[in-house]
Amino acid sequence: MKNNKSWNKIKNWPLLLPVVALILVMAVNIIYDAVNGNNPLSFFMITLQQTTSNGTILYGRIIDILNRGSEAAILAIGMTLVVSSSAGTDISVGSVMSLCASFCCMLLAGYGVSSTTTLAKPLIVGILGGLLMGVVCGMFNGTLVAYFKIQPMVATLILFSAARAIGLLLCNDLIVYVRNPSYAFFGSFVGPLPTPLIITAICVAVMSILLKKTALGMYIQSVGINDKASRIAGLNSKRIIFLTYVICGLFAGIAGIVNSSRITSADSNNIGLYLEMDAILAVALGGNSLGGGKFNLAGSIIGAYTIQAITTTLYALGVSAAQAPVFKAIIVILIVSIQSEPVRNFFKKQSAAKQAKGVA
Amino acid sequence: MKKKLISVLLAGCMTAALLAGCGGAAPAAEAAAPAAEEATEEAAPAAEEAAPAEEAAAEEAPAAADEGGLIKVGFAQVGHESDWRTASTKSCQDVFSEANGYDLSFVDCDNDEAAQKEAVRSFIEQGVDYIIIDPIIATGWDTVLTECDDAGIPVIVIDRTIDDSDKYVSWVGSDFLTEGKAAAEWLKAYADAQGIKEINALIIQGTIGSSAQIGRTDGFNEIAKREGWTVLDQQTGDFTEAGGQEVMESFCKSYEGKFNVVVCENDNEAFGAMTAMDNAGVSYGPGNDVILISYDACTAGLEDVKAGKITADFECNPLAAPTVEGVLQTLQSGGTPEKEILVPDNWYALADQIVDFSVDGNPQSMIEVTDEVIEAQY
Repeated sequence: MKNNKSWNKIKNWPLLLPVVALILVMAVNIIYDAVNGNNPLSFFMITLQQTTSNGTILYGRIIDILNRGSEAAILAIGMTLVVSSSAGTDISVGSVMSLCASFCCMLLAGYGVSSTTTLAKPLIVGILGGLLMGVVCGMFNGTLVAYFKIQPMVATLILFSAARAIGLLLCNDLIVYVRNPSYAFFGSFVGPLPTPLIITAICVAVMSILLKKTALGMYIQSVGINDKASRIAGLNSKRIIFLTYVICGLFAGIAGIVNSSRITSADSNNIGLYLEMDAILAVALGGNSLGGGKFNLAGSIIGAYTIQAITTTLYALGVSAAQAPVFKAIIVILIVSIQSEPVRNFFKKQSAAKQAKGVA
Repeated sequence: MKKKLISVLLAGCMTAALLAGCGGAAPAAEAAAPAAEEATEEAAPAAEEAAPAEEAAAEEAPAAADEGGLIKVGFAQVGHESDWRTASTKSCQDVFSEANGYDLSFVDCDNDEAAQKEAVRSFIEQGVDYIIIDPIIATGWDTVLTECDDAGIPVIVIDRTIDDSDKYVSWVGSDFLTEGKAAAEWLKAYADAQGIKEINALIIQGTIGSSAQIGRTDGFNEIAKREGWTVLDQQTGDFTEAGGQEVMESFCKSYEGKFNVVVCENDNEAFGAMTAMDNAGVSYGPGNDVILISYDACTAGLEDVKAGKITADFECNPLAAPTVEGVLQTLQSGGTPEKEILVPDNWYALADQIVDFSVDGNPQSMIEVTDEVIEAQY
């Protein structure tokens, strides 16, 4: 009887399906390695690796997933809030990432300089500049959505197309290389751990504390569930929606700097390309409704790492580049349909029928 | 109410910033625009294309002042997406300068194929003498080229190819297949010289389906097959540094200790692959475990060759303009240029890595990378 209770607890755990999906994706590697006569757990092995440039680091596929999935995870935090409060998505985050990275690199290299090893301004100026640019973009989106009542997708479409182009202008139509070791910090390693992972952890921690310890999380959800009722209850719905877009912009700025720091350059054409889609998908894979209202931040983060796990798995399996998107699509369809209402209801009915039989 | 006002102001600020950003980059174009509109209305009343009008008129103004003797050339460029493209544009602007007796109408089509066709039509209306096109896409050109043909304007295609029409005089560009073969033939000669018996290669491909990726992959694999080399894996890095980094990171784990050659299909991918190999403790470059081959040979790439990181770099020459000028001169003197003209590419390495090899029976020579060579590169 007691056993049954804990089983029910697990069954009703909102993160169950996202976690199961993540485990299933990674389990593919166990089968693949076992069939090929390798160590079945080689995908999950984490070892210490001596590097040429960063001392000793943790090394393994799991670390790769945690490291490479950082940008999508950081974006997913902001996207979750935006989706919850405004029942719409911010499709500009990828372009805003590129703009923030370009602005940061422009400050660090100086306008019109295409390659430099010395910083024109202190590192902190570039980083704060990049983050500020993210906040400004968020305020722009937030104003359009919250105060002008423009559909979120249409409002963010403006920066989706313009931000990348502004970034190119800031960089004088060039790829700006900031080949300075101090700028590489945000994309490399702190001791044995990847810096992007630590940055993600800090972002998640700060945001969860903010949502749990203040009423902000509840406010966002209530605005998302019923905008008018919340207003009548005394919440400033517009300001809350505005705030979620600002937060989303700030996180896009952080993600942009991390991404640009990995390659110590501002490649305006490619930074954050299609990443807004990954961020939206992460929110959906995390079991959140894109219709707004209740949200689960942890789900979105798991969703983001699931997407990266798929990519890394496809690399590990050696699926050819031309076919990889097809496999990715199939996996995503499977995960999303497992989580869909009719399928879940079907399983519920099945188990109910079983129980009924057991009783009889 | 106050909050509302602030938000409105904020939106205003953003719009202003947007405009300021645009203005900063193209003040000349904007200043020329009003004058341009008048000029086009007078000169070509049928000119309805708004986008190329600015550019066309900016060029037309000096032409009106000095019409005698200049050869009018229209150039519809792809866009400005990479260092390579910028070098290609600059090469054209340098060669077809007024000092050299040309009047160049340059249109940057921003990777918009419709805008490019409109640009070509505006060239016809302007009555230019020659049209140069770097086609954004390979198909859908027959109608436009027929119009050029009817107007009696010779068209020269550069860099990328046109597949569905042959109504152009010449195509001038690099042969990616030869680049791929050259890399492989060099590898064979170098491996022989170094006494390396077994080649286990990993290829980081460019954007799948681009002509550079297809040519370089096919060229290399053709020789690899002939020589019986093992190509362990090939994955795309989309011609970007981030892509190269991620793919190499995975390769280092999948083929740990099993590979001794890494081929990156452009320099940016090579930069990323180097970071990934650093983090995996793999040593690369001349005299180390892994032979690193790259393509493009841009300045930053050659610097890495000089620093002993990239073993050999195979150029894709963006400076097509001097060859195009040769074609124009042939046409001016009433001759018939060849249909396909290759721009000479160079192969770069450090002195110790330079070996003799030949591609399809043609002996090749390599250039040693020195500070002067890097300085002179685009």
